[in-house]
This record gives sequence, structure tokens and C-alpha cells, in this order.
Amino acid sequence: MKTMINVALPKGRLGEKVYAMFEKAGYDCSSIKENSRKLTFENEEKGIRYFWVKPSDVAIYVERGAADIGVAGKDILLEYSPDVYELLDLGLGKCRMAVAGKTDFTDDTEKTLRVATKFVNIAMDYYSKKSRDIDIIKLNGSIELAPILGLSDVIVDIVETGTTLKENNLAPLETIVPISARLISNKASFKFKTAEIEAIKNAIALQTEVNS
Amino acid sequence: MTFNKDVIKNDEKAIFALRSLYQKYGYKQYKMSKFEEYDLYARNKDFLVSDGVITFTDGGKLMALKPDVTLSIIKNSQDGALTKVYYNENVYRVSKGSHSFKEIMQTGLECIGDIDTYNICEVVMLAIESLMAISSDFVLDISHMGLISDILSEVTDDNSLKNKIIKCLGEKNFHEIKALCQSAGISSDTLELVTSVYGKGDEVIAKLKEADLSDGMLAHLAELESLNSFLKENGLSDNVNFDFSIACDMKYYSSIVFKGYIKGIAESVLSGGQYGKLLTRMGKKSDAIGFAVYLDMLERLNEQSKKYDVDTLLLYDDSADTAALAKNIKLLTDIGTSVLAVKQIPDIKYKQLLKFNGKGVEILENND
Repeated sequence: MKTMINVALPKGRLGEKVYAMFEKAGYDCSSIKENSRKLTFENEEKGIRYFWVKPSDVAIYVERGAADIGVAGKDILLEYSPDVYELLDLGLGKCRMAVAGKTDFTDDTEKTLRVATKFVNIAMDYYSKKSRDIDIIKLNGSIELAPILGLSDVIVDIVETGTTLKENNLAPLETIVPISARLISNKASFKFKTAEIEAIKNAIALQTEVNS
Repeated sequence: MTFNKDVIKNDEKAIFALRSLYQKYGYKQYKMSKFEEYDLYARNKDFLVSDGVITFTDGGKLMALKPDVTLSIIKNSQDGALTKVYYNENVYRVSKGSHSFKEIMQTGLECIGDIDTYNICEVVMLAIESLMAISSDFVLDISHMGLISDILSEVTDDNSLKNKIIKCLGEKNFHEIKALCQSAGISSDTLELVTSVYGKGDEVIAKLKEADLSDGMLAHLAELESLNSFLKENGLSDNVNFDFSIACDMKYYSSIVFKGYIKGIAESVLSGGQYGKLLTRMGKKSDAIGFAVYLDMLERLNEQSKKYDVDTLLLYDDSADTAALAKNIKLLTDIGTSVLAVKQIPDIKYKQLLKFNGKGVEILENND
């Protein structure tokens, strides 16, 4: 029997682009395009099985070995620091993690800075390196609302084009780190399926040169 | 004593197998108390795998439930004579997922004293045999922190950059190493080589030899080479890879480090190395090498869902004669079935349901 490689793909637009890369690399799986209620899709001949999961869960599936490889945003990898191999920068879904605030914001260093974010660890790490005293406000969505309503002074969030910020009189203030999608692998899987995972990595690496 | 081998769990089997393996090579069991003064861990915080330690005060002294065994063994070791010990202890660590404390059964060994090539080879061999005792499908990855440290020192003396690179090396993340080196204006050639080479010892060593290495690096490479030939001569090299992504803390590890994986378990089950620098930090002159096996991981190995909780459920009522009942139960257990005697049917899965009718048993239900 052929060794099957389990691939966790992030649901959504990014995941579709990622699947297109896998398809182009020769790991196609026609059933994935059919509109069905199935959860896993496999092409036994190519030895590959795909499944869609919530983007923030990809790293968990891979770290725990339910998926051998997967594609996750660098933001998720930085936030949860899963114990996985980061094999490739796919150059997809490029954006940046940034501090943003009202366009007229000036940092009053006499006060504790209130930071609203989904990415608690990234924000804490960033400000602790600057030795800035902050108050973290963990939100799960609509982060941009926080400075507008005075819930926080600034936000730490993903900025793609900056349009949403602009429309709300907000502006990116500092870039923390550039973000893009990464090919990750479970460490133990890599040991036992080295040849298969390497082959996928290399076939996809050929395409990332075009992306970057 | 005879018993049914099926009742022994993976981790229990491993404990017995490993104990006899280590004793065979003259290692003595080291039994210790569950507590240690907290100070020991506070001073060597980075050596611990997880951050949290359970503490309590005992007569004004801050004590801790052991999160680690090695530190205690080293603390009590004497300089001079070679000491070989193994242990089988519970340690208390914060589990990554739930952020709560877990009790983890750990077994391992330490070889402390004037460590020579033979000692290194013996410990690595025992690591391989430990994995073999658990499963035939395993991989041991070996790396060398001295070599990595020299390569890093050659390109930079910025410690924070070094740590960032080591982290990336551990992730096989060359794209980020390249970016780090580019922004620092240093060459990433040798780093690219150590990130990308892995596999059989012969291949890795041959590739490294082609690179432009300093005398210090070559000396480290020679250590890997002698270990590699030892493993080959003893027929132990089949499941061994050289892989520099096994990167450990340079503050403690100075030389050979290794990690073991077993097919079917998502994390490493064995981890060890030569940690002479820890002893130097603790004011001792000796060197040491050792490893730990995480037995709690074995729970998930070769999982077979249990079909029945018990083979036979035996019903009896108040009128039953105790002696006769016991005799019938004995007859059943003697033929190898497990028997649960109850008055009312509990909510469990059973293979067959029997009723004790005063003289013998009658079958009420058979699910097999």
C-alpha cells in the first residue's frame, strides 16, 4: 500500500490557492472540487489525502500528527508556537502584523498602553521587548472597533492593504513582522515519511519562486 | 508468578524492558524523593522542558515537586569516579495544550564523570536499544551542538541572533535563516548546508567534509564520525539519522545531542545528549551524558479499541452460597476469562452474561 500523506488545508480563499499549488505540483484530487459534504478527500494513486480545517487549527492538526503536513499563516505559528517544521514560505497570503491606531495617535508613555488584539502572545512579546507596560484586551473579531470606541489605544492585527483601517480613520503605526503562508510538517511524520514529504516540498518550492 | 501478558500496558512493558537493559550495562537504579528545593530549578530554569513548577513551603523552605530528574542526580554527584545510574520516576510538568500540571512517568539514564568516546557510544547505543525495546519502527536523530555553536560563532557573535537562528534550525526553516542573515549582512552558506543535510551518517559527514570547516568544527565532525562507525560496526545504524534540526540549548549542551521518534507517536519519545556545561555551571568538574524516555507517550501506541470491559458478567442473588459462588468464579477465571460478579447488571460492555443458579452457571446472553 502506498504511504498516504495527510494534508491540512486552511478553509477559505488562501486554502484554495494552496490547493491549486498542490494540484499543479502533481498532487491533484478531483473529488475536492465537487460540492459535497465530505470532510476528507483522497487520491490513493498519488498517496495524498486532503481535509479543510479552520485556518487557526491547521497548526494543531499538524503538531499532534493528525495531519502530516499543512499550510498555516506565519501569524498563527508565531501566536501558538507549535512544535513543527516550517519547511517553506509559500509567498501566498502576504500581509503584515502591525500596530495600528487612530491617525492622530501619539503614544503617551506616562500611561499604560491599552492594546486590543486577537494575537495576545505576539502583542505581549513585541511590547515586552520594548519594555513597554501594556494592558492586553483580547478580542475575537472587529478589532478595529476598539480604538474608535476608546476601548483601547492601539490594536495589534493583520494589515493587508490598509483599506479597512483608512475607512475608519485608523492608520498602521509600526510593522511587527511580515506574514505569509508557510508549509509546515509534523516532526515525527517527517522522520517516517521523509521521501514523500520532501517530494511535495520540492514540487511546491518550484512554484514559490514565481510567487516571491 | 504467571500472568496474562495482555494485561500489561505499553508503558509498563517498557519499564521492565528498559530496567533490565540498563542493569545489563551496570547502571544502578537511582531512587529519589519527590521533592527538591525550588532554588535548584530557579538557578537552572532554561534546562527545564516546561516553565511551571509546583511549589510549597516546608518549614520556611520553598520546595518543589520534581519537574526534572537530571538536575537532582547531578546535584548529588561527586566529581571523580564514573557514575552510571538509571531512574524511573514521576515528574510534574505543565502540559502544553491545557496549561495545567501533569504527572509524567519518565525513565532514563545518566553517565557522569570523565566521559570518553566509549561512554558516548554506549549511551547512544542504549538509547537505540531503548527505542527498539518499544517498537521496531523507530528513528534516532543525532546532532552535535558543538558543531552548530562553532558554525554560529563564525558568522556572528550576537547572542540574540544566534538564538533566533537556532530556533529556525530546529524548524528546518531555511527561508527565515536566510532572511536573518541577509538583514545582518552575513553569509548563510554553511547554515544552509546544516539545515538541508540530514539522513544516514555517511552521507551527512561526506557532505559536511566538502564544506569549508574550521579546525574546531572538524574536531566535532570527527566525534560524529567515530560515533557513526561505532554504530555501523555494531549493526545499529539502520534507524539512525544525522539531523542538525535537533537543536538544544547551547548553555547546557556542548556536544552530541539526540532525539528518538516512534512511528505512530506525534512527538519525540526520547531525548538526550552530553550536557557537560550544566555541570560546569553547577561548579563541578565532571562531564555527563544521558537521556530520558517519556513513557506517557506510549499510551497511544498500537491502539486497539477495547471491545469488552470484562469477558463474563456473572449475576447472583442474595440466596447464593458464597463458597459455591467463589468456586464457580474460580473455574471461569482458571480458563482465562475475566469475571465480574454482580447482583445487578452495570452499564458496561461484556462478552457473555451468566447467572449463578445455586448449583452452577447458566448462559443468559452471548455477545461474542
